[in-house]
Amino acid sequence: MTAPAAPGSVQLLLPGGWFTACPVGALEPGRGVAVLLPEDAQAALFLDSAGAVHAIGNIDPFTGAAVLSHGLLGSAAGRPYVASPLLKQRFDLATGRCLDDEAASVPAYPARVVG
Amino acid sequence: MDGMDNPTPGAARPAPQPAPAPTIVLVGHGMVGQRFLEALADRGVAGRARVVVLCEEPRPAYDRVHLTSYFSAGARPDDLALVPEGFMARYGIELHLGDPAVAVDRAARTVTARSGLVVRYDTLVLATGSYPFVPPVPGRDAEGCFVYRTIEDLLAIEAYAAGARTGTVVGGGLLGLEAAGALKGLGLRTHVVEFAPRLMPVQVDEGGGKALRRTVEALGVQVHTGVGTQEITAGPDGKVAAMALSDGSELPTDLVVFSAGVRPRDELARACGLPVGERGGIVVDAACRTADPAVYAIGECALAADGRVYGLVAPGYEMAEAAAAGIAGAEASFTGADLSTKLKLLGVDVASFGDAHGAAEGCLDVLYSDPRAGIYRKLVVAPDGTLLGGVLVGDVESYGVLRPLTGTVPPVAPEHLVLPAGAGAPVAFGPAALPDAAVICSCHNVAKGAIRAAVAEQGCTTAAEVGRCTRAGTGCGSCAKVLGQLVDTELAAAGIAVDKGLCRCFAQTRAELYETVLALRITSYRELLDRHGRPEARGGEGCEVCKPTVASILASLAPTIGLSGHVLDAGQAALQDTNDHFLANMQKNGSYSVVPRIPGGEITPEKLIVIGEVARDFGLYTKITGGQRIDLFGARVEQLPRIWARLVAAGFESGHAYGKALRTVKSCVGSAWCRYGVQDSVRMAIDLELRYRGLRSPHKLKSAVSGCARECAEAQSKDFGVIATAAGWNLYVGGNGGATPRHADLLAKDLSDAELVRLIDRFLMFYIRTAERLERTSVWLERIGLDHVRDVVVHDSLGICAELEQLMADHVAGYRDEWADTLDDPERLRRFVSFVNAPDTPDPTVRFVPERGQIKPLLPLTVIS
Ligand SMILES: Cc1cc2nc3c(=O)[nH]c(=O)nc-3n(C[C@H](O)[C@H](O)[C@H](O)COP(=O)(O)OP(=O)(O)OC[C@H]3O[C@@H](n4cnc5c(N)ncnc54)[C@H](O)[C@@H]3O)c2cc1C
Repeated sequence: MTAPAAPGSVQLLLPGGWFTACPVGALEPGRGVAVLLPEDAQAALFLDSAGAVHAIGNIDPFTGAAVLSHGLLGSAAGRPYVASPLLKQRFDLATGRCLDDEAASVPAYPARVVG
Repeated sequence: MDGMDNPTPGAARPAPQPAPAPTIVLVGHGMVGQRFLEALADRGVAGRARVVVLCEEPRPAYDRVHLTSYFSAGARPDDLALVPEGFMARYGIELHLGDPAVAVDRAARTVTARSGLVVRYDTLVLATGSYPFVPPVPGRDAEGCFVYRTIEDLLAIEAYAAGARTGTVVGGGLLGLEAAGALKGLGLRTHVVEFAPRLMPVQVDEGGGKALRRTVEALGVQVHTGVGTQEITAGPDGKVAAMALSDGSELPTDLVVFSAGVRPRDELARACGLPVGERGGIVVDAACRTADPAVYAIGECALAADGRVYGLVAPGYEMAEAAAAGIAGAEASFTGADLSTKLKLLGVDVASFGDAHGAAEGCLDVLYSDPRAGIYRKLVVAPDGTLLGGVLVGDVESYGVLRPLTGTVPPVAPEHLVLPAGAGAPVAFGPAALPDAAVICSCHNVAKGAIRAAVAEQGCTTAAEVGRCTRAGTGCGSCAKVLGQLVDTELAAAGIAVDKGLCRCFAQTRAELYETVLALRITSYRELLDRHGRPEARGGEGCEVCKPTVASILASLAPTIGLSGHVLDAGQAALQDTNDHFLANMQKNGSYSVVPRIPGGEITPEKLIVIGEVARDFGLYTKITGGQRIDLFGARVEQLPRIWARLVAAGFESGHAYGKALRTVKSCVGSAWCRYGVQDSVRMAIDLELRYRGLRSPHKLKSAVSGCARECAEAQSKDFGVIATAAGWNLYVGGNGGATPRHADLLAKDLSDAELVRLIDRFLMFYIRTAERLERTSVWLERIGLDHVRDVVVHDSLGICAELEQLMADHVAGYRDEWADTLDDPERLRRFVSFVNAPDTPDPTVRFVPERGQIKPLLPLTVIS
């Protein structure tokens, strides 16, 4: 995780430092991909239509299935969210908070594209 | 399979606590039990404590109040479910189905279940409900005697009624009349026997009872009041044959339902020495605690602090809230509740509220009665004008306003409140006149002020949204009408127009967007959103409602507007629902299903073998579906291209099970083999399926072709169904199975092959053009009317038939198999990876366990059963 990443790489901030996931070209605007993190954890990584990257936990807390990366993006009041493909709850991409149930949330990982 | 022997705990389980978590055991998972669990969750207790639920019934809590909708509205047991999906898993609640508690040891603080399971508790909550009281009449154990309390009771009654002609309900109270309605609905000649001199003696007075009786009898139910049941006599086969009544008469009957009241289930409490009332019910204080501070009792099994046992759900919910508050360390109490009810029994509206019988001293009755119309209204008023209560039969329109006014002096004189509209009532008197403190939803105790605030401050614009915010209207539903009126009044007051737009991004309906796309030849979502979206949505991300809707419109019109037909092409892929995006249906554990098309349900042995081999080689679960094809479940996303490569090589193509598109055209074997068949239904089904395959539409489309009037293919339950006649084909449209079945309507008769296809072309394209998002043909047809559809597609009243036919011709010419095209294109294949940084590493959370020789998903937190 310490080797300098190639320009155009997408990185997520984990407790141990910046983690390189993939080149930004691997992402499709408006959709997500799953990223395998250390210790079998996984993140859902998205590129929004404005070109910004966002990462949250991939596991849908309502079903326990690792599916958030397959959900559709939307925006509410200017903030991007993903709707879970299973039961359609929406999660804010910046905070991981569920917009439809205050008690639920997923981890949020700061994400960046290496310049 | 991967991880099959490795059932690890789920990621959703809360982090382990440093101190051992307290254990809360709930006995009884009925309506009140579930509400208690939700209250624990709301207060954050469910996540901190270990919660164990012992449930006697074989299924989780369901809506007992609407039990009868199983018969009256075709609800299936699942439709009555009360537990939100994922609820138990989210809070780590352990639910043991079909395992009742059999003993409580209060000294050791343990509960023993029938399976032998022993759970230690810190807090025990009894929510065991009631059992139906069966009067001790001789013969009550004969075969054909039932009670009416659980889904299992209903299933048993339904099965037995199939062989019966007459049914009798013992008890003419609220539940008795519901049961009578159910028997009537099952086609039985129905009697009600009530010991009291009138029906519903608890809720209505004599006048109301008379009005009720007239209406109930007009519906064909025979009412016997003032008589008791003395004996039930069985025939030589041991089955119920007749009932002897106290007036000496005999009532022949094949089936008996006892509905003579309920008794609290306090047996566990009695056996462990907790005090119970003289007439039953576990004694509790205002906090719903029993004599043992570690044990609570709530719902119908409890004898509340005011000395009553409540047989309604709303007081039970209040007790659930009080108990959860107490456990969370807060203060709340239940000191009594109002017994207001509003019901529709056998189609008759009945409501009673407050002091319906005029028990208060010096009170006066204000009456209006119209026996011919079956209308009866009575208000009980105190000498100072305070409204104390009332009874309404036949027309309960004003209940929603009157009940909240109880205890106040209404703003208009009481006679105006009972007179029919137009008969001298001087002021329009709607919910707007209610004070803010008036309780609108009594199930969830939501006052008018809270509803107004939900609209004004929280931005709710529909009754459903207000329900989500405040819970109003989500209990018995009797306030739905007033709630709707209130929301509309508030919106109007706030100057908010009621919005029919598709979503927060578009103010247009789906049909309007379709016209826009077609007329302006718009080929991208971006363009549509940025030019025609709501101003605040332009340039934004869009949302999960409009993206797939627009994707579907673009796909339906692709050949006509000059767009690539493939749903995974640039600009379209990002809009697709998850299922369309992976050309497969996501299942509950994140795996996908694979459904090859099998036109008309006809398949060669070679192709069957290929499906078997593919399923075996990839370890997939296989199931034959109602649409006459074979679904393969349990594929991981990165396996989909390899699976489809094998299927496409063997001549299969996408079955579009993942899309809002044509699914299948079922068929019977038809005239080729069947001695009754008059036309070749298999050939026609295959022709139709191949013609309309891949057609994207507002909702899924199903079809069938039957080779004769025996209708073995069930064509009349399909969106478009075809039945052979000696002279050709009859076309039926707008049929539906599912939760609200609808018989299809005959659109045209005795058509030739060519006429049939032309009419279906027009019908489908007219539907695609004018239906709303997720509106099935059945709902659409009801909305716009069969006559209108016939005028347009048969008689071309709008002059658009040539255009509709051209659109379909474009679709047919432009069809290509989505899966074959995907396999040929590396760009489209890129998305089929498990992880962007480890494309071939299987997702470790997708796991399976064996069942009946195949696999089934193992969820991280499977509900324990
Ligand atoms: C047909 C019908 C229509 C109704 N209509 C209305 C209406 O319109 N309005 C209204 O307010 N009310 C209505 N009711 C009444 C309403 O359903 C009850 O008030 C409500 O269900 C009470 O909830 P509860 O949880 O206390 O009991 P229940 O819902 O009966 O649940 C108790 C549960 O505990 C289980 N149990 C019992 N003993 C044990 C044990 N030892 N171990 C484990 N589990 C156990 C039972 O099997 C049951 O599942 C109706 C009832 C019926 C049957």
